[in-house]
Amino acid sequence: MTMKRSGLSQFWASILSNSVYALGNYPVMMVNMFLSPFSILVVIFFVSHGALLTVAIEGGLIMTMITSGMSLQTDLSHLKNDFKLQDMIVASPTGASMYLFGMAISELVYAIPAIAVLLALAILFAHMSAISWLVLIAVMVAMFVFSTCLGFFISTFTSDVMESWAYTGIISTVLSALPPVYYPITYIPLPFRYIAYLSPATYAAEIVQGSTGFLQLSASSAAVDWIVIIAVTLVIGIIAVKKSRWREE
Amino acid sequence: MQRLTCRHISKKYEGKAYALKDVNFSVPAKGIFALIGRNGAGKTTLIRILATQLTPTSGAASIDDLDVMKDAPRLRDTIACVPQEARAINWLTPRQFIFSYLLWRGFGYSKASKRTTDTAKKLGIEKYMDMASRKLSGGMKRKVLVATVMASEADIIFLDEPTTGLDPLSRAELWETLVKLKEDHFIFLTTHYLEEAEKLADMIGILDGGKLMALGTLDQLRGKVKYPYSVKVLDKSNVEKPEVGDMITGVDGIKQIVTTEKQARKIAKQLIDKGVRFSISPLSLDDIFYYIVKKPIEEENYDDEKEWS
Repeated sequence: MTMKRSGLSQFWASILSNSVYALGNYPVMMVNMFLSPFSILVVIFFVSHGALLTVAIEGGLIMTMITSGMSLQTDLSHLKNDFKLQDMIVASPTGASMYLFGMAISELVYAIPAIAVLLALAILFAHMSAISWLVLIAVMVAMFVFSTCLGFFISTFTSDVMESWAYTGIISTVLSALPPVYYPITYIPLPFRYIAYLSPATYAAEIVQGSTGFLQLSASSAAVDWIVIIAVTLVIGIIAVKKSRWREE
Repeated sequence: MQRLTCRHISKKYEGKAYALKDVNFSVPAKGIFALIGRNGAGKTTLIRILATQLTPTSGAASIDDLDVMKDAPRLRDTIACVPQEARAINWLTPRQFIFSYLLWRGFGYSKASKRTTDTAKKLGIEKYMDMASRKLSGGMKRKVLVATVMASEADIIFLDEPTTGLDPLSRAELWETLVKLKEDHFIFLTTHYLEEAEKLADMIGILDGGKLMALGTLDQLRGKVKYPYSVKVLDKSNVEKPEVGDMITGVDGIKQIVTTEKQARKIAKQLIDKGVRFSISPLSLDDIFYYIVKKPIEEENYDDEKEWS
C-alpha cells in the first residue's frame, strides 16, 4: 500500500537542509548574507550625500531578491554535481516543483536579516506611501520568481560547480551591474541607457523609483515596464518548467 | 515472479557511441542483483534508467509491473537510489541528512525522526550521527548513504558502485550493512569488484560494451564456461598442458589450469604424487568474467563512463 506523503514535509526538507541546518552549523553565513546588500548602499549614500538613500534602499531590497535567485543556482548546482542530491531526489516521490519551491524559500531564509534591516531603514528614511509599498513588494516578488526560475533552469544543466560560477558571473552582470537599481536611470548617459534596458532589473527599478517619485514615469511607461517584467518572468518560468533537465533525456 | 524486467533497452547519447545496446533480462524478486562490468560498460547508464533518472533511447523496463517511463511517479514511491559518487551533504550531520531525505520522501516529522534513530541503531552508527559529515571516514560516509535509503521504506534500492575507492576493511563493513539491507529489500547494485558480487549477489549480470553478456547465479555462470574448474600450481615447476582444458601463465609465473572437474581431479592426483603445491577450486567470478569478456580489465577506460553518464 502506498503511504500518504506530506507535501509540507517535502517543502520543509529543502528549507531545513539548505538553510536552517546550514546556518546552525555555520553561523558565519548569516553575517555574510546580512552584510552583502549594504556594500553598494553605503557607497551610494556617501557619493550622493544622502540624496539617493531611498533609491538605494529600494535597490537593496530588489537586489536581495535577485541575489537569492543567483544563490539558488549555485546551491542547486553544488548539490547536484558534488553530492548527487538531484539524482537521489529524482528517484524519490519528491517532484521538481516541490524541490524548487522549498529550495527557493530556503534562499530567502538567508536574506531575512538583510530584508529586515532594509525594511527598517525604508520605514525610517524613505517615507513611502501605501501604494509605493505595494508596488515595491510586488516588484520584489516578481524579481524573486524570475531569478529563482532562471537559477533552477541553469542549475539543471551545469555539470560542475565551476561552470555554475561562470553563469553566476554572467547573470550578476546582467541583473546587477548593468541596471541602475541603486540610482535613477537618468544618471546613465542616453546611448548607454539602452544597454541597461536589456536587463529586466532595470524595468523593476524604474517601476519602484517611479512610484516613490525619483523618476518621472508616465502611466503608459509604468504599464510597459510591468508588461516586460511579467512577460520575462512568465517566459523564464515556462522555460524552467518545460526545459529544465530534471530527468535526463 | 520477476521483480525487474528490461526489454530491448538501448541508450545512445547525442554525438556519442551506444552506451547500452538491446539489453534484455529479468531478475527475480528477492536478494541482491549485481551488475558487473568494466568501467565504461554501461552500468551507470542502466541503473539510471531503472531508477527513473534517465530516459532510454529505445526499449522499455518495468519494476513490479510499473513502467519506468510511464509510471515513474508511482514507481518512485517504492524505489531509492544512491548514485555513483554520491555524498552526504558536507554541512549536515548524518542525522540531519537522513532526516531531511525522509522529509523529502514525504514522511511526517516524528516518523522521520524515529526512523532516522532506529536505522542508525540497526546499523550501529549512532555515535557518528551528530558529527559533521565532512569529518567522517570514506567508509562511514557511504554507510550513511546506505542508511539513508534503508530508512526510506523503499522496497527496491539502487546502489551504483557503493564501495568504489574504499579500503578493504571499510568495504567489508559496508558488505555487512548490505547483507542487513538485503533482509527487507531488493538491491540492484553495480560494481567492478568481482569479489563483491561473488560474496553478496544472489544473481549476477555481466555487462560489457553496453551489451549484456551473461546472466545467472554464480553456479549458472560457471555452467556457461567450457571449463568450470581451476587448478593453480603454486610452485614454479614444469606442468604439462592438460589433455582437456587450457593453461594460462600469470604475470607472476604461476600457472593456472582451467579444465573439467574430472580432469582437475586427475591433475590434482598427479601433482600430489610429484609433491607440487597447488590449489583446486571451482572457477571464481574473476575467471568467469575474464572468460566471458575475453579481455583484461583496463582501468584507463574510466572516463568513458563519466562521459556517457
